[in-house]
Amino acid sequence: MTAGLLAAEWTKIRSIRSTVWSLLAFVVVAIGFSTLVATVVSNNWNKPGPHPNHVTLVTNPTALIFGAGFGIGQLAICVLGVIVISSEYSSGTIRASLLAVPRRLPMLAAKAVVFALLDLAASAITVFAVFFISTAILRSHISITLSQPGVTRADIGAILYLTVLGLFALGIGGLIRHTAGAIAAVIALVLVVPPLISLIPGTIANHIHGYLPTVAGELVAQTSQQPADVLSPWQGFGVFCIWTGVVLAACGYLLVRRDA
Amino acid sequence: MTAERQPPSGRQSGEPGVHVAEAPGLIEARELTKRFGDKVAVDRLSFTVEPGRVTGFLGPNGAGKSTTMRLICGLDRPNSGTATVGGLAYSQLRKPLGTLGAVLEARSVHPGRTARNHLLFLAQTQDIPARRVDEVLDLVGLREVARKRAGAFSLGMTQRLGIAAAMLGDPRVLLLDEPGNGLDPEGIRWVRNFMRALAAEGRTIFVSSHLMSEMAVTADHLVVIGRGALIASCSTQEFIAHSSERSVLVRTPDQARLRELIAVEGGSVQVEEDGGVVVTGLSAPRIGELAASAALVLHELTPRLPSLEEAFMELTAGSVEYGESSAK
Repeated sequence: MTAGLLAAEWTKIRSIRSTVWSLLAFVVVAIGFSTLVATVVSNNWNKPGPHPNHVTLVTNPTALIFGAGFGIGQLAICVLGVIVISSEYSSGTIRASLLAVPRRLPMLAAKAVVFALLDLAASAITVFAVFFISTAILRSHISITLSQPGVTRADIGAILYLTVLGLFALGIGGLIRHTAGAIAAVIALVLVVPPLISLIPGTIANHIHGYLPTVAGELVAQTSQQPADVLSPWQGFGVFCIWTGVVLAACGYLLVRRDA
Repeated sequence: MTAERQPPSGRQSGEPGVHVAEAPGLIEARELTKRFGDKVAVDRLSFTVEPGRVTGFLGPNGAGKSTTMRLICGLDRPNSGTATVGGLAYSQLRKPLGTLGAVLEARSVHPGRTARNHLLFLAQTQDIPARRVDEVLDLVGLREVARKRAGAFSLGMTQRLGIAAAMLGDPRVLLLDEPGNGLDPEGIRWVRNFMRALAAEGRTIFVSSHLMSEMAVTADHLVVIGRGALIASCSTQEFIAHSSERSVLVRTPDQARLRELIAVEGGSVQVEEDGGVVVTGLSAPRIGELAASAALVLHELTPRLPSLEEAFMELTAGSVEYGESSAK
């Protein structure tokens, strides 16, 4: 992988509109939803009735703050990760790309690096924006700061989670090679499979649920470990990284083996 | 053209010394075989494509031309056999765009990307300077629309963009898959002249077509395949001359004398309503020579274009993927 290959992948990624739109959707949705939820929680703070949110904000504040913004916002990252590679197949650009880089793996590596850096930068900006906007809205009721135990780790964890999630989606996109199919697969893995598995009673199902890619990965964005969690935050992130590594390795293997 | 390192050769253990001085622009296919499931697309195909001339790659639709080209430039993996460019497999080339440029039939440009950005990312992979992008845009006449999205391009413009991409690395070998498809006559002529000019510079031009008539005026040499297997590899002249179905339109004031001469040489004649004589079984040069030696005045001596098609049809008969084989 050379500087030239990185430059080429950067040119590719910045020169199609869907990249810009997906990133914009990510930032707007994440900040919009978290602001909305924080505002509603703040407005209802003194109303009578049970307030489970208040408990969460004390024990695990980032779960509420990030859950609102990134539960949906992360889908834009999934879409972008898929598109970055599947659009090469749908448009035929993959042929031009592989004529220029016939060894193939260096192209995939450069693409993954460039996209990961872009994802990292966008996630860092958005995560801190979401955190500071939400905590500012809630300040009159509860003080949540980076110096509290686990909060800084959770912020950095959210950034890392979103970055690895993008690579996970990129790997699925490279395996399936069709935009619609790959997006459906990633969203199923992120949104549909975890709640289905959690419906199955028993400890085995509970463990399977805990080791699912995004269920494990999200733990690192929590302020504190919850009683129901099968893994610790960093263990969970490690499991997510292994999933992603396996998917990317399979993607690389098939990229080299398959006809383009 | 940039000086290219001489590739290490003589790797083939079977024929020591034979390929020591491999020409850098030589394309060589050896026993190339590609199967898709149980269907054989390319069947033990061997041929060479020499620099300095236009080599036409002819065959009916579905004969395996595109697959062969994809095998040469490493997009598909052969089941067996090898394809090399200057003695090296395409995937072994360090900066492949400097050796081989390919214009494939299938679209390979993102419709949302501008022509310039498409060429720019390709250039960046090989550390080709950005000014070269502008050069090739000028070369194919797309400078004006360089910042337009490729999705808005006409077929002819898309084809030109493909050629610009192929020319980025100033390659010594150019592969073109059916470049005339969908082009208007002016576009076809532009591509033809372009290919001939590049061949005259000593480059290797390998161009596929299913149209014999187009190849007859473009190619110096022909590689003809049917059902994935080699049918002929010879000069275009030879190919035409060897056809038993060739016909030549001849006009002469002395028709009887002409028919006599043709009959002696073993040709057959058919007189048309307007007085033209259609000769089959003899080439136009041969008829010209016969007439000259007999001091026979000729008003017209025209090799008939449909006969070229027939030559092709006859050679590839039975190798057409779909369609009835003409019972003869």
